[in-house]
Amino acid sequence: MEKPDELKKDIDLIPKKEDWMDPEVEFKKGRYCYGAPLKHQQYLELPNPREWQPSDIDWRLPENWKEIILNGMADLLKKNRSFRLFMDICVRCGACADKCHFFLGSGDPKNMPVLRAELLRSVYRRYFTLQGRLFGRLAGARELTIDVLKEWFYYFYQCTECRRCSVYCPYGIDTCEITMIGRELLNLVGCNIQWVVEPASNCFRTGNHLGVPPHAFKETFDFAIDEIKDLTGIKVEAPINRKGAEVLFVAPSADYFASPHWFTFLGYLMLFHEIGLDYTWSVYASEGGNFGLFHSMELAKRLNAKIYAEAKRLKVKWILGGECGHMWRTIHQYMDTFNGPADFLEVPVSPITGTRFDNAKSTKMVHITEFTADLIYNNMLNLDKTRNDKWRVTFHDSCNPARSIGLFEEPRFIIKNTCNHFFEMPENTIKEMTFCCGSGAGLGADENLEMRLRGGLPRANAVDYVRKRYGVNMLACMCAIDKAALPALLEYWVPGVEVCGVHELVGNALVMKGEKQRDTNLRGEPIMAEEKG
Amino acid sequence: MKIILPFFAVSGIAAVIYIGVKVYNLQLVFGIILPYLCFILALVGFIARIIRWAASPVPFHIPTVCGQQRSLPWIRSSKIDSPVTGLGVLFRVLGEVLFFRSLFRNDRANLYGEQKRIIYSSDKLLWVGALLFHWFLLVIILRHLRLFLEPVPSWIISLQGLDGIFETTMPGVYISNVFISLSILYLLFRRFRSRIRYISLPADYFILFLLGGIILSGILMRHIYRIDILDAKAFIMGLIYLKPMVHEGLGAMFYVHLGLVSILTLYIPHSKLMHMAGVFLSPTRNLKNNSRMKRHINPWDYPVKVHTYEEWEDEFKDALKEAGIPLDR
Repeated sequence: MEKPDELKKDIDLIPKKEDWMDPEVEFKKGRYCYGAPLKHQQYLELPNPREWQPSDIDWRLPENWKEIILNGMADLLKKNRSFRLFMDICVRCGACADKCHFFLGSGDPKNMPVLRAELLRSVYRRYFTLQGRLFGRLAGARELTIDVLKEWFYYFYQCTECRRCSVYCPYGIDTCEITMIGRELLNLVGCNIQWVVEPASNCFRTGNHLGVPPHAFKETFDFAIDEIKDLTGIKVEAPINRKGAEVLFVAPSADYFASPHWFTFLGYLMLFHEIGLDYTWSVYASEGGNFGLFHSMELAKRLNAKIYAEAKRLKVKWILGGECGHMWRTIHQYMDTFNGPADFLEVPVSPITGTRFDNAKSTKMVHITEFTADLIYNNMLNLDKTRNDKWRVTFHDSCNPARSIGLFEEPRFIIKNTCNHFFEMPENTIKEMTFCCGSGAGLGADENLEMRLRGGLPRANAVDYVRKRYGVNMLACMCAIDKAALPALLEYWVPGVEVCGVHELVGNALVMKGEKQRDTNLRGEPIMAEEKG
Repeated sequence: MKIILPFFAVSGIAAVIYIGVKVYNLQLVFGIILPYLCFILALVGFIARIIRWAASPVPFHIPTVCGQQRSLPWIRSSKIDSPVTGLGVLFRVLGEVLFFRSLFRNDRANLYGEQKRIIYSSDKLLWVGALLFHWFLLVIILRHLRLFLEPVPSWIISLQGLDGIFETTMPGVYISNVFISLSILYLLFRRFRSRIRYISLPADYFILFLLGGIILSGILMRHIYRIDILDAKAFIMGLIYLKPMVHEGLGAMFYVHLGLVSILTLYIPHSKLMHMAGVFLSPTRNLKNNSRMKRHINPWDYPVKVHTYEEWEDEFKDALKEAGIPLDR
């Protein structure tokens, strides 16, 4: 990988060309993801299954691929007002242009949200509007060619569906919708990436993206229980597939298999033990995340179905969800529509505080930071903030909890009650204006690392600001993809800043009944920063 | 090319009308047939477009939330940017329509120095330009109603008086004419700048030249090629009451103005100008942030193939037993 300064050197936000109408299909190494493996395409019964790479000259599309795509467009136009409207009303004012992290990090003008949409819009004009049919290129219309299709693929897999641009658009045009539709169309002819299809296929089969089978799932839980025992002297319970529990807890699978997610996982287990929550995990529904959402609405629904099905089977009263970004987009904005109504569940009530979560009265699923913020507000937790004194913390709003839920104050309330040193990043880069980590929507692969680093530049730039100004050395977030992507990203752009989940901070600060003297934090590091001599 | 061609297209249309009226006396064509034809086609096209939008359902609940959600009672939620009531949504949409609130958020990202640090600066110029253009366009349209209504409502006369309050010349210069000219020049010139130029299509220039032509011909008619306002009114009332009559005294500039307006009207349903209606329908702005409180129905929802618990348990039976996880069967 090039040095950070090298990578930044050639970024220029002023396009060199006059025009974008001629498709360019250079698949630049480091900027695109590998194609989906045949085995997983077949397992999910996806169209046109084959071994395939985007860099292949011949994509081995079906004979009538053009017809398939155009029929698909007609169908999606009929089914989605967003698509139809967003094709028609953009005035190309350009307000969205410099709001995209991929544009800011790469300077590639086709990463301006308006242009990403124009790639699709130009084809829409050609086949679905009068002026496009009559005036062609003059009306901004383009023939659908293989090169145009390839360009779609390249740029719809350089969008993390973060929705930042839609905050600034005077008509609320949402590039996430455009990208989702673009990907749906590409799927019709069998073009998708490994990093989306493989986790989706794993999840469909085993219950989680990582493909962790039940015995390995159990082992990792036993391991966590031992670790907490060593740390606190307390043996916590972590019930799995237990019928009749009050609450089903669903987290992204990375929480119990990846680092630094792991420490958030420990935080959950410690918290639930401490408050005596009557709850269960599930191996069948061992994934809150939903990579189907990055593929198609149908696959998203197929994967999401497990959560309600399992809640019903286990006869729980309501569902609690862990720290994850797109998981919460799915749960907040799609789950009830996909697989509801959840009439077999009850409106969530915290058994500890008695608080009724009316904001989740239909889906019956509560976000863990809503739950924990309520516990803290009602003084149900004994928290020792000094145990996080080593950290000077900032909070990264993850795109989805921010712009689909508006989950801003709950995590901040928790952080302020578990840490003494909290600092906000500049206001144009937090809350609804937060920047993506650059690896969302299925783009967290290795082969496109350069693009991910570029996409993460605006976020890193804001972190760098608070690091220099306040000495920030820890970035808290509540998204599994953030936790996977940001450590490497910050290591590259802003060395010296680590990444944690909100419930890792809770786990550190939580004074448990009967615990032994804690000398280390959940990471096994000394609680206090070493004095510099 | 994408700038010059639309410029010549608009100039060409204006020239054809001017010459047609001046030399060939085609008042009937440009003053009566063209407006009627354009108006009818535009009306049909506009309605068709709205119906097509409205006929497409909103399958999923996708507001772009821009403020704190309503969750716990002690957390202050944002009533407009994360609305849970109809009133909140109304304010949100009206905020967009009347004050361009989203555009008001606009900032500019600049890369500074060797380090290419990203610095954000406030950028309200587009917001100001767009707001001036749209509000003064409204003033001008309302002012024109005096030519369409008899008797003329008094508030229109007041508005006109207010608009022309600076009577430095004779006839007085309208404030609205000054500002709409300035704002349309701004909207045009910003498109020449490299980034906006790159994303601009010929259609974007065409509409600006067309509006510019309408504004210019209107101003010329008021200050240089004077026409008799009573004649104009009589002519327009004739059109409205379906008793159109050609008025010799109106002058070619009037027909240029009218012709360009007719073309604009015709063009609306096929252009980005449909944003005037679309902004009300945008699902990221006109939905409440209540998707966990109330179930949103997808009208085309269909059953999908899932991996059921029973199938799953069968497949992993041995592993489940080994791990001591309870089985159903």
